[in-house]
Amino acid sequence: MTTEIPRLQRTGFTGAAANYIDERTSISAVVKEFGRKIFPDHWSFLLGEVALYSFVVILLSGTFLTFFFQASMTDTVYNGPWVPLDGIHMSAALNSTLQISFEVRGGLLVRQIHHWAALLFVAAIGLHMLRIFFTGAFRKPRELNWVIGFTLFILAMAEGFTGYSLPDDLLSGNGLAIINGMIKGVPLVGTWISYLLFGGLFPGTAIVGRLYTLHILLLPALVLAFIAIHLVFVVVHKHTQFAGPGRTQGNVVGYPILPVYAAKAGGFFFIVFGVIVLLATFFTINPVWLYGPFDPSPISAGTQPDWYIGFADGMLRLIPPHWEFVWLNRTWSFNIIVPILILGLFIVIVMFYPLIEGWITGDKREHHILDRPRNQATRTAIGAAGVTFYAVMWAAASGDIIATHFKFAVEGVTHVLQILLILGPVIAYFLTKRICIALQKKDRSLALHGYESGRIVRLAGGEYVEVHQPLDEYERWRLVSQEADKPVIVRPDSRGRITGGRRFRASLSRWFFDDRIEPLSQAEIDAASHHGELEGGH
Amino acid sequence: MPKLNAPSTKTARKNRKVGRRHPLATVALIAIGLGLTGGVYAAVNAAPATASADTTSASQQQITEGQKVFEANCASCHGLNAVGSANGPSLIGVGAAAVDFQVGTGRMPMAASGPQAPQKPVQLNDTQIADLAAYVASLAPGPAIPTGPQISTNGDAAQGAELFRINCAMCHNVAGAGGALTEGKYAPPLAGVTPTHIYEAMITGPQNMPVFNDLNLTPAQKSDIITYLTYIQQNPSPGGYALEDLGPVSEGLFLWIFGLGAIVGLAVWITAKSN
Ligand code: HEC
Ligand code: HEC
Repeated sequence: MTTEIPRLQRTGFTGAAANYIDERTSISAVVKEFGRKIFPDHWSFLLGEVALYSFVVILLSGTFLTFFFQASMTDTVYNGPWVPLDGIHMSAALNSTLQISFEVRGGLLVRQIHHWAALLFVAAIGLHMLRIFFTGAFRKPRELNWVIGFTLFILAMAEGFTGYSLPDDLLSGNGLAIINGMIKGVPLVGTWISYLLFGGLFPGTAIVGRLYTLHILLLPALVLAFIAIHLVFVVVHKHTQFAGPGRTQGNVVGYPILPVYAAKAGGFFFIVFGVIVLLATFFTINPVWLYGPFDPSPISAGTQPDWYIGFADGMLRLIPPHWEFVWLNRTWSFNIIVPILILGLFIVIVMFYPLIEGWITGDKREHHILDRPRNQATRTAIGAAGVTFYAVMWAAASGDIIATHFKFAVEGVTHVLQILLILGPVIAYFLTKRICIALQKKDRSLALHGYESGRIVRLAGGEYVEVHQPLDEYERWRLVSQEADKPVIVRPDSRGRITGGRRFRASLSRWFFDDRIEPLSQAEIDAASHHGELEGGH
Repeated sequence: MPKLNAPSTKTARKNRKVGRRHPLATVALIAIGLGLTGGVYAAVNAAPATASADTTSASQQQITEGQKVFEANCASCHGLNAVGSANGPSLIGVGAAAVDFQVGTGRMPMAASGPQAPQKPVQLNDTQIADLAAYVASLAPGPAIPTGPQISTNGDAAQGAELFRINCAMCHNVAGAGGALTEGKYAPPLAGVTPTHIYEAMITGPQNMPVFNDLNLTPAQKSDIITYLTYIQQNPSPGGYALEDLGPVSEGLFLWIFGLGAIVGLAVWITAKSN
């Protein structure tokens, strides 16, 4: 190796430059090590990259916006080209946002790029998380990286919300008013926290400046740091892959980072950027010029948060009225406390799901081959229930728009969603579990007996059988390469006792693996293939 | 958006410097332009004014014609002589404005009972509507069909926008995109509503909309609101297609379906190529 590289460098400028850098930084070792990392190829493995690239777009466009935005709530009078706000009093924040939109060259495009990219960023994280969840990519050794990734999701929502609040228009002001209400609904400390946050009585004149600091300094720094850790872990753990011929727990089949993967990834960055720019060019997002300045009295029909906060807004809308009473001389707003608790619990469960599942299954093995969702029926069913729960909350945030567009009464929409919030996840759980098990059975029979060919043959003895077409080896491998799981059983601990905790864990574990179908053993597969091509009914 | 069109004045200045035209040519052009614009404005503004002038000065003949139309189309619900019945309220004192609004937007004659009389294609022609209005107005005094300056679109759009946000946006949405009310009722989108009908809606308060009389909103303020609504209709969103002005919900849905959908499609495509 070392003898070959000097020979290459003499051949031209690039070689000489590479040599110059290498002699001073020893970078070739890193390039060699990193460049040879293998990444498997599957479209769903690119979702995290979409999130990363939209974050880069957000950083670039956001930097441009900071050149012109003024995070101040001082009163100004607008005198710009948007006639319906001409001569209107507004904060410097909204005034500068309007200037960016109408007077800075390319400002409106960059604003819209920034906002669309933000929506895409959170959506891509969401879809990426779903992929990780349903394929079991969070299992040992990657549990902590799931927690880190989920923290990124929360940070992204925080970034989004602080950004949404900056223009200080009617829409964002109403969003802050809701947050203020939620904070004040927290018993004992709520009012104090609200005064602290807003620097006095809501809305005050401090909040935009404070959110701005969070939005452009603290939160992006945290996001960057967490992305860095997240990616280091991806490299350390190596990428997971779907089962397939030649793919084992000990290898990764795919392309090396250099040059193939880097080229593809670089190209994909421009694809993502391109889609965002197209969205921003042709579709309006957050028309602050229509919302006008924030003023606590007016509110617009159809006031909603950006999509990623929708689930929280929806939860508030789903709580029935009259859950507020006075006790010990204080107001207890359970219509606020309960949704906060439900949302908090939901977030904590999702965040620590890998640890919870690991504890229930007692699985201590390392996993580098992904699960097919159907092969883990209970997990997939839990995921479907969680998605349903989230989706109902999300839908509730747009209950009024559902009502006008589908000609329902808005109360009816709310009541149906209230019922669905409770029943929906249960139905989704059982339905998904049954579907998964049925699919497993289908796979099993395919692996053992092959496809039904539709050819009926009469045997010498007069018996009629259908000829089954066996799967080829590769196809069968995909279906049968699955590890066996077994539930944790109650065993006495070192002192010979069986504690309640152990019993609880064992019963959870039994529930988790309930109805599972044992993977095919090699003996069964062999027996089936010796059975021959002609196969009787079964 | 005349004010948004800054670059055109710049090019005009450049032309003058080049000096290929007579210096007075620009002045003449501006004069012609102003004359034309003024003429068009006058023509546009004059048309509704004359039309509604007819309806206010109702002749006895119009009233008798109106009564016939009423008996044929409306009496089944509103009763003979418009005194009301179990199927519809009395129309005594609702004024010509209410009739012109309800019939002119196709809400009346109502087809089926529901939470709210929906808009339909207009059923009667302009003369019949004018006759009906004259007839109902002859029964008792009530708000007349607005004319002239009341429905002018030359008011203060900024003032109008602010009044609209304070008085109307909670039901109709800041962009006039409409919104839900209780029990299946709704505030309709305001795109495409004529200035006359906007004014009439404010003074008569159809169905679940409150009445904005001249003490709540002076006629000049009403015309400001009309100016604003006309402005946002004539100036489509500077940011591109506005996704029906429904706000973050439509933006979020659009992003998930088309934005992320496109990206997933492209991701499938680039990974498929390698196989
Ligand atoms: C099927 C029954 C029906 C028919 C036919 C009908 N209306 Fe009505 N109309 C109603 C009802 C019910 C209301 C009250 C709606 C509401 O306020 O929710 C109403 C309301 C009105 C109002 C508004 C009253 C107010 O207080 O402002 C006017 C004006 C009116 N109708 C005019 C007419 C005219 C003119 C016709 C004939 C062209 C007509 N209607 C035909 C049922 C009917
Ligand atoms: C309480 C809610 C509410 C408020 C506030 C309100 N409206 Fe309405 N508006 C309605 C409803 C409901 C209707 C539909 C009435 C019908 O169908 O007869 C309506 C109808 C209209 C229409 C007729 C639309 C059409 O498609 O024909 C116009 C114009 C209108 N409103 C303008 C305004 C203006 C301007 C304001 C503010 C000054 C305002 N509204 C305030 C509820 C409201």
